[in-house]
Amino acid sequence: MRTWIAIAAAALLVTGAAGCGEAGDGASGSGGGDGGGTLTVFAAASLTEAFTSLGATFEGTRPGVRVRFNFGASSTLAQQITQGAPADVFASASPATMKTVTDAGDAAGRPQVFTRNRLVIAVPKDNPGRVAAVGDLSRPGLKVVLCAAQVPCGAAAAKALGAAKVEVEPVSREKDVKAVLTKVGLGEADAGLVYRTDVKAAGDRVTGIEFPQAAQAINDYPIVAVARAPQGALAKEFIQLVLGPQGRTVLGRAGFEAP
Amino acid sequence: MKDADRLAGRPPLVLLVPALAGLAFLVLPLAGLLVRAPWSTLGTRLMQDQVLDALRLSLVTATLATVLCLLFGVPLAWMLARVPFRGVRLVRALVTVPLVLPPVVGGVALLLVLGRRGLVGGWLDEAFGITFPFTTAGVVLAETFVAMPFLVISVEGALRAADLRYEEAAATLGAGRWTIFHRVTLPLVAPGVAAGAVLCWARALGEFGATITFAGNFPGRTQTMPLAVYLALETDPQAAIVLSLVLLAVAVIVLAALRDRWMTTS
Repeated sequence: MRTWIAIAAAALLVTGAAGCGEAGDGASGSGGGDGGGTLTVFAAASLTEAFTSLGATFEGTRPGVRVRFNFGASSTLAQQITQGAPADVFASASPATMKTVTDAGDAAGRPQVFTRNRLVIAVPKDNPGRVAAVGDLSRPGLKVVLCAAQVPCGAAAAKALGAAKVEVEPVSREKDVKAVLTKVGLGEADAGLVYRTDVKAAGDRVTGIEFPQAAQAINDYPIVAVARAPQGALAKEFIQLVLGPQGRTVLGRAGFEAP
Repeated sequence: MKDADRLAGRPPLVLLVPALAGLAFLVLPLAGLLVRAPWSTLGTRLMQDQVLDALRLSLVTATLATVLCLLFGVPLAWMLARVPFRGVRLVRALVTVPLVLPPVVGGVALLLVLGRRGLVGGWLDEAFGITFPFTTAGVVLAETFVAMPFLVISVEGALRAADLRYEEAAATLGAGRWTIFHRVTLPLVAPGVAAGAVLCWARALGEFGATITFAGNFPGRTQTMPLAVYLALETDPQAAIVLSLVLLAVAVIVLAALRDRWMTTS
């Protein structure tokens, strides 16, 4: 526990406050509890669009209830929860980060996989590198960006590229999948590996190219109610909504696959 | 004599208490790092090539960025302080933009101007084949962008506080503006320039957001220490502490050494 405080200090000292805005917000917020209550959902950044929409649905059917989201990197959210941040629901982009929460005894019950995501090759709209298949990514001179090996999308990329037997020398290993998308969207990189949902969310700035070996590195998204959640009952209802047909429809529209 | 005694007396509590609280606030997080550092494995962690690469890259790029800041920032500060022109207030406000802008946004802004498809970068790429993203030069540019305001503000403050009569005397003796600048003005504000350069260097050394956004992250080429720390934090928090400590130690040593030198010469 104290280790994490030290690390938070380290991060602030050395990296400045960049990117810590949301994290601070989520950690300092309190559970609410007046009227119908406020449900606090910690969710992976890739769920932003789908969960915001589901949150509105949830509020619409329960007068007085408010849903508040803390979207961020799953690993950051997991750290916040194990540090005692007042979350009711945790939806992670990877089983590994979920495990850090369950191992710490901060989950109420067993996590359930509610959706899945797969990697695609993202290229700028005009595809300057003329990338058509995963094999093109090894072409010399092609600027490819991947996620760093330390973050889930980087691990997935390594797995998928390994399955495709393609050796890629990236020009950069980005800190998260959105950073990969930025580089591709601005045309700085010729190609990058991102999740299918990211391409959907990026609109027409980038094109997604599917490749069969991505099936070897499919990402499961587990969801769980947090132990000692201030709004335990609401948390269960929200998870039901996500797992149910409505959740499946909204997630499908965002580019996710059913588990 | 009596006045000096009075000044040397006990500092008033109303100043002493907040001063010590402020000091504690700044120093305690560092103490936290020291307490939690994995001392037993420190040596082996430090000798990893990637750590040394990142440290070397950080020192080189921060120093180059400081040089760029001096080359462009000192003249800019001089212009703001000595050349009366319309809109000087606006320009002064614009200079501080990188201080206010979240560094990640600064990085995107740099991409939009100096990226491969940027306003200027597109032309550089076509005409000369020069691109900045994903290169060490890109790291230097990103650091210069966020660090330069520190130098400009510090030097401009020194210029405004400097006694104009020396420059006027030089002018009446027939010196031109350039001669006055480098023979009179610059020596006069040297401590301000030095302080600005230190701030600038420290800011460049710790730069994260603009660097990773504009230059990306690749070991040996664009992965500076703060980037290495950030990524280490994802999987190996202990390594992140070690890296942070190394960066802090190097920064403190360099700054302390320079400070001594400047203090004795000025």
